[in-house]
Amino acid sequence: MIVDKAGTPITATDNVQPDTRHGVILYVEDVSVSFDGFKALNDLNLYINDGELRCLIGANGAGKTTLMDVITGKIRPDTGKVNFGQQVDLLQLDESEIARVGIGRKFQKPTVFEALSVYKNIELSLAGDKGIWTSLFGKLTGEQRDRIDEILRTIGLTNEAFYMAERLSHGQKQWLEIGMLLAAEPRVLLVDEPVAGMTGQETERTAELLTSLAGEHSVVVVEHDMAFVRSIARTVTVLHQGSVLAEGSMSEVQSNPEVIKVYLGEDSGEDSGDDNSEGYPSESGEEYIEASSSKEG
Amino acid sequence: MNMKTTHTFVEIIRKMSHLHIVVGTLFVATIYVSFCNLAFAESSFLHVSDYTVSLFGKYLCYALLALAVDLVWGYCGILSLGHGAFFGLGGYAMGMYLMRQIGDRGVYGNAELPDFMVFLNWTELPWYWAGSSSFLWMVLMVFVAPGILAFVFGMLAFRSRVSGVYLSIMTQAMTYALMLAFFRNEMGFGGNNGLTDFKEIAGFSLQDPHTKLGLFVVTAIALAIAYWVSNYIVKSKLGAIITATRDAESRVRFVGYKPEYYKVWIFVVSAMIAGVAGALYVPQVGIINPGEFSPLNSIEIVVWVAIGGRYTLYGAIIGAILVSYAKTRFTAIMPEAWLFALGGLFVLVTLLFPKGIAGALPGVARRFGLDANTNDNKTNKNNAQSEEQGTLKAPRAGGQ
Repeated sequence: MIVDKAGTPITATDNVQPDTRHGVILYVEDVSVSFDGFKALNDLNLYINDGELRCLIGANGAGKTTLMDVITGKIRPDTGKVNFGQQVDLLQLDESEIARVGIGRKFQKPTVFEALSVYKNIELSLAGDKGIWTSLFGKLTGEQRDRIDEILRTIGLTNEAFYMAERLSHGQKQWLEIGMLLAAEPRVLLVDEPVAGMTGQETERTAELLTSLAGEHSVVVVEHDMAFVRSIARTVTVLHQGSVLAEGSMSEVQSNPEVIKVYLGEDSGEDSGDDNSEGYPSESGEEYIEASSSKEG
Repeated sequence: MNMKTTHTFVEIIRKMSHLHIVVGTLFVATIYVSFCNLAFAESSFLHVSDYTVSLFGKYLCYALLALAVDLVWGYCGILSLGHGAFFGLGGYAMGMYLMRQIGDRGVYGNAELPDFMVFLNWTELPWYWAGSSSFLWMVLMVFVAPGILAFVFGMLAFRSRVSGVYLSIMTQAMTYALMLAFFRNEMGFGGNNGLTDFKEIAGFSLQDPHTKLGLFVVTAIALAIAYWVSNYIVKSKLGAIITATRDAESRVRFVGYKPEYYKVWIFVVSAMIAGVAGALYVPQVGIINPGEFSPLNSIEIVVWVAIGGRYTLYGAIIGAILVSYAKTRFTAIMPEAWLFALGGLFVLVTLLFPKGIAGALPGVARRFGLDANTNDNKTNKNNAQSEEQGTLKAPRAGGQ
């Protein structure tokens, strides 16, 4: 249950306005999560500013997906605090309530509703009352239809609107899921590997879209593709073994000796990916990331 | 002229939705059976016997039950192996009412107590029999009793996120537990004999052929209404959410819905439909006993739906009626082989037609040019969707 300052409960369907007077929309403080002794997150601190676009990078097992799970309520941390704005304590809410206060998530593997049409997929994701009776008797308003059409245009699936989602290609499913995120009008978008399996051109369009979303929304992107990260990132946070290793602009992070050490091992001091502009992992850093064994994936 | 008539006929069929076809077929069948039962003499070739009327009534009850299971299984992915419990509860609610209608015409002539209570030396009605002589109370209980059981069960199971095989086993245990409980004489529901020897319903004698016909017609109407309601549900946004829950429950959560409550809701609605089926079944067969709670019965319902085709409402109805008809025929010839035949049928259909009979129908319709869209389209669902949206016509995958 969400409680306002006076202690009176607000229903999750009310549009909760996070208090961002300090410029921060997402507070993650001292969060630790362990699975059978393995520390997936270790006293992690992360602050996402309102309207920024932040990239999270890190080897597999660094805790990126676990962090997303904690923020979206899938995993309860052992210790720590997660706040949305200043007053909404996300640890008090379940997954659906967190979604309704305005935190949207795109999964690593595209998960869309396969047996439903593209149109229905978007329709279900629209912001609004998610109660049973509204769903049973409610009809789409003209405004909502326009909104769906607009989203379909944005994600380039207008012609496929009435296809079953199962018929879409992998890249189209990725886009549909992004469209579902947009429909929910979230304040914060958590995007897990948005360009995995996309062609170069699709990747470019995704980069454009995510950059255009920042400002109005806060966007947190987890991505392995360094070229992609470089093309969109203003601030990059590097996770390592469940904590923040470095934070700053891409070039700052890349020249950070700690990061180089962790990413490339002792023997290579080279920049982690300048020779790699196609966005596919090659011999250097990225492949190392891909190859590391982990719990994720 | 003839060509033209055929053409118009084909056009009409193309334009009809399955809702029209099912309700229309039910209507025509009901009129036909009623007319042939009433208008023709027993010796006539066209006469439909009273026995057949009751038999059809029974099939329609099964169809209603199959519809209920299809709603939760086909659309929401909850494989309930315990829907016989809701059917049984609805049946007992009706049975209690019918027992009270016997009045002093029982063997012991006790106006207050049903025979089995007199036999057990009980002196007054248990508290839960209070009100059972009222028709309205009975109607209420037909919905409320299965509804409450489904609600409590659903809240416990779905909120703790039990699903899949574990859930199926729990539903099975639920109906088994009810069966054992109802077998006990102390429960006050007639023990293993159940409730029987009914005389009349709402003042009409149950021995009267007209009453039997009336019950058949009421069952047909109930099935039509349930079909319409189910169709409305699955076509609504709620239906889409339920289907989404079936395929990707955690995603539904991240979109902001609480799938557990949606599951409880559809489970309760389904249980109520099953309860109505049970209530209509009892006066037509004249008895309700704990055997209805047997896990085997519940599994048989699932087989009907699988054979008919889940995820289509009419598939469930087709499956229930065809399999029940086969059972009637088969058990008359060689009763001991029926279960083998049923098992074999189940295996065959699952292997050859994974989508059941209904899954094979669009192909048949296409062959005769009767479907709404003769263009190549993997599923008809596409078309249904685009028609339903109205304003936004999708460019059909035509011309291929």
